[in-house]
Amino acid sequence: MIDVKALLEEMKASPYTMVEVATPHTGVLSLSLAPGAQVRGPLGSWKEKKGTTLATIERERNVKPIHAPTNGVVESVASDLDTAFVQAATPFCTIRHYLTKAEVLAAILKKALFLFPAPERAKYYFVPEVDKKVRASGSRAVKVRDGMELFIVSRMKRESPLAYSGPAGIIYAVYFGLADNVDAGDPLIGVCPADQLAVIQDVVNRVQAEWEEPEGNG
Amino acid sequence: MDIEKRIHGLKTRLDYVRDISGHKDNENVRLLAAKLAEFEERAKALPVHEVAKQFTALEDFFTFVEKKLDRELTPMDKVRIVRHPQRICLRDILENVYDNYTELGGQDEYSIDPSMLIARAYITRRVGGKVYNQPVMVIGQEKGHGQEFRNGGSVKPWGNAKAQHYMKVAQTENIPIHTYIFTPGSYPIEEPPGAAQQIARNLYEMAGLSVPIVACISEGGSGGAEAIGLADARLMLSHGYYSVISPEGAAAIEGRLRQGQRAPAELIEACAKALKITADDNRAMGYVDRVVPEPPLGARPEHYDFFKLLRQEMIRATDSVVLSVRGWNFFRMMALRSGRGDEEKRTEDIYVRWSLSAQARERLIWRRYMKFRRMSRHAYLDPRHYLDKVSGWGREAWWSVSSFFKYDFFKKHQKKFAHAVEEIGAEVQVLKDKVGAPLGKVRGLLGNGRSLDLEKAGKSLTELSCWEGGACGFLNGSGYLSPQARDDRTVTCPRADEHGCLDLWAPELFGDSAGVCAFCGHHFPMESQWYLHNVFDRESVFEFNKRIESGNPLSHEGLAKALEKAKRETGQKCSCLTFEAKVKDVRVVVAMLTANFRGGSVGAAEGEKFIRAADRARKKHYPFLAYVHGTAGIRIQEGVNGVIQMPRCTLAVRRYMEEGGLYVVLYDHNSYAGPVASFLGCSPYQFAVRSANIGFAGPGVIKETTGIDIPPDYHDAHQALSRGHIVAIWDRREIRENLYQALLTMGGRNLYYR
Repeated sequence: MIDVKALLEEMKASPYTMVEVATPHTGVLSLSLAPGAQVRGPLGSWKEKKGTTLATIERERNVKPIHAPTNGVVESVASDLDTAFVQAATPFCTIRHYLTKAEVLAAILKKALFLFPAPERAKYYFVPEVDKKVRASGSRAVKVRDGMELFIVSRMKRESPLAYSGPAGIIYAVYFGLADNVDAGDPLIGVCPADQLAVIQDVVNRVQAEWEEPEGNG
Repeated sequence: MDIEKRIHGLKTRLDYVRDISGHKDNENVRLLAAKLAEFEERAKALPVHEVAKQFTALEDFFTFVEKKLDRELTPMDKVRIVRHPQRICLRDILENVYDNYTELGGQDEYSIDPSMLIARAYITRRVGGKVYNQPVMVIGQEKGHGQEFRNGGSVKPWGNAKAQHYMKVAQTENIPIHTYIFTPGSYPIEEPPGAAQQIARNLYEMAGLSVPIVACISEGGSGGAEAIGLADARLMLSHGYYSVISPEGAAAIEGRLRQGQRAPAELIEACAKALKITADDNRAMGYVDRVVPEPPLGARPEHYDFFKLLRQEMIRATDSVVLSVRGWNFFRMMALRSGRGDEEKRTEDIYVRWSLSAQARERLIWRRYMKFRRMSRHAYLDPRHYLDKVSGWGREAWWSVSSFFKYDFFKKHQKKFAHAVEEIGAEVQVLKDKVGAPLGKVRGLLGNGRSLDLEKAGKSLTELSCWEGGACGFLNGSGYLSPQARDDRTVTCPRADEHGCLDLWAPELFGDSAGVCAFCGHHFPMESQWYLHNVFDRESVFEFNKRIESGNPLSHEGLAKALEKAKRETGQKCSCLTFEAKVKDVRVVVAMLTANFRGGSVGAAEGEKFIRAADRARKKHYPFLAYVHGTAGIRIQEGVNGVIQMPRCTLAVRRYMEEGGLYVVLYDHNSYAGPVASFLGCSPYQFAVRSANIGFAGPGVIKETTGIDIPPDYHDAHQALSRGHIVAIWDRREIRENLYQALLTMGGRNLYYR
């Protein structure tokens, strides 16, 4: 059993992830930023605006910018590599990224829940008995076990049953909506052991209430 | 109470004067405000009859100042007038100019596009004691005095499609069309049917409509205006504007502003002036036929006299158009043209039936073509000697005559003979097969056929193979080397992040790979010369009309220098190259818009060259290919001289296609705005080279005007393909093969291609 509370405490003690940026290939590196500089990751609805330029690398007279993959602060820069020829995959910069609320929740739930993925792109429904239960008392009233017939897969007017496979527990979260098309591999439901429900709920509430994000983060 | 109402009326007039003065500090406005305030103060203590007297004096003073201000109006003031919510709109015109009307295709917000209003209206005339009801189809943009759902008269693609539909209805019913242009520009989105594509369809439709079209322009903003503006008679309201781009848009380009930055008011004023957008300017340049005078400071809904005048002008314009194509018109035409007598009486006393006979319809389309053909001739440079011009006309006449004999006269008789030969040939073939069958069997047994196969196999094993569609597939052996390939360096594919493409070595990429990424197939831009050398047969390119040159018709500041620079750098005289060439021995006439000359923008010279190329293809019975290396749109510095090329060129290609020509368009790189929304977009066979971007407005303009964030692949050729704008996407290395295939398959018996 995972100690969810300990996990949260651990995250609170160090609310950062260190993102190491490495060179994509060989070339002469020119660094653009010093430690302490604020950087931002890709922006825009389609992430079409590139992140801050961290450095440029030149190979065969082709100068290529290297962009910040995420928001944060430049923790360290390998200044000895500036204007030097470097090998591919040489780390040259570390970005300290402060975890956002969503990232913390995702990390905790990823460890605490079992995510059951959709096998193909289709519309998914619960079987009628389960559906009734979900509507009446919420998804957490449903206990699932391996081999249980849980979903109806509906695609191009053909419907077929789909059995759940995974650890037994209760449905903590439902990730699909009525008449939504779910892509293959996307999670359908998140399952957790029944005795952990209260703990997870508590941790989620605490994250929602207590986690603070610095300005400009996200 | 009455006085209070009248004071309120004056206050509205004052607010209006203040609004149209814009940011300018106007002494007259202050004076009017002070006079009004003073009167209000004084009126409290005065007896009623004295108040009425003084108020009349104040009203006269207002009228006097308004007239004075009217004489000082700048072009930008006129832009503010047409955009003002108090400006007359199409509904007012329908109420006051026509005697009865029914709205079609939806009403108010319950319409597919409330900014496009269509109505079936009646004009009732009493002539010689007889009452005539004359139906017309009224089409126009509706601004609705600032109603939000009208979108300011900015019509969405489906609104223009609605207009196109009712134009066809009018044609079926044989009734004239009155169009009223009240638009700042089209709504630049690519959702089906697509802004550019639909405007092109409208223009193509109007180019061949066999009913009289009379257009009246109040606010004529670029492509949106052209969508319903291709008319036999074009009137313009004296306080309106007709322009290639809004003054703000021009200022953003002139000032090289980035998205979100606002242009300074002085620059906008200067641009409005430089673009020559007013009614008088357009009349002087010949783009409108008549200017309808408005009351001082522009027409508003309460100006009933103005509507009366507009009614007469519209009737008169329609009468003139109809009479000009009718056989019996002498006295009525004279009466309409005569400047004497009461205007109203003259117009209303003449009855002209507005439906046309079949012959008159043909004459009407011809006259429309000629009307636009004659426009904008002053706006480009043609330094050819007079004798050269005469010999050019002679050559063209010879092509027409020889084509007539070759394709029309001989063909008719040749057909009978050819059919007979065909029949006899088929009979002989059957006989030959019967007789030759035993002989073939014997030959097969002896193994005669094998030697060929062996020879082929030997050749394939001993000689260098040629990858299908590869290096020797697309190159015609011209030996052309791109300057980009001379640079010994690597380049990054712009889609490397998504597809993991490795760096590409420039000499290989721009040499054998023809600018195509070896990993993801992205097409890098290639210079226009590459196509000249690699698509067409070796040494088959023969350029014509190369001395026609881009000019600076509006004496726009800086354009002369920029043109000079472009001419020097490219060695071209304008962005359009027109030439005859061969594709695997099939002769074609090509008009090529090259991106390296001012972004491939289209002005009067480019339009003229395009039309002449279409004419040449028609006269010589060759297929016509418009190859768009790249175009940024209409050259805004030429103002309406540029935008008028949209209807001009569309008329020319329609004429070419109607006479049986095969018109193929091929887009490469970036093709945007006016040209795509007219003479390019109207082709039934439009192709794109992979990685081409096709659309109406660029991402920046869409964001600025609509506030919509668009995805990065919004203008991608695949999007254009999915909404049916283009018919296929080609690999650059296969252009030659595909073009040949297209000419063979689309050029059928009835199309010119050989």
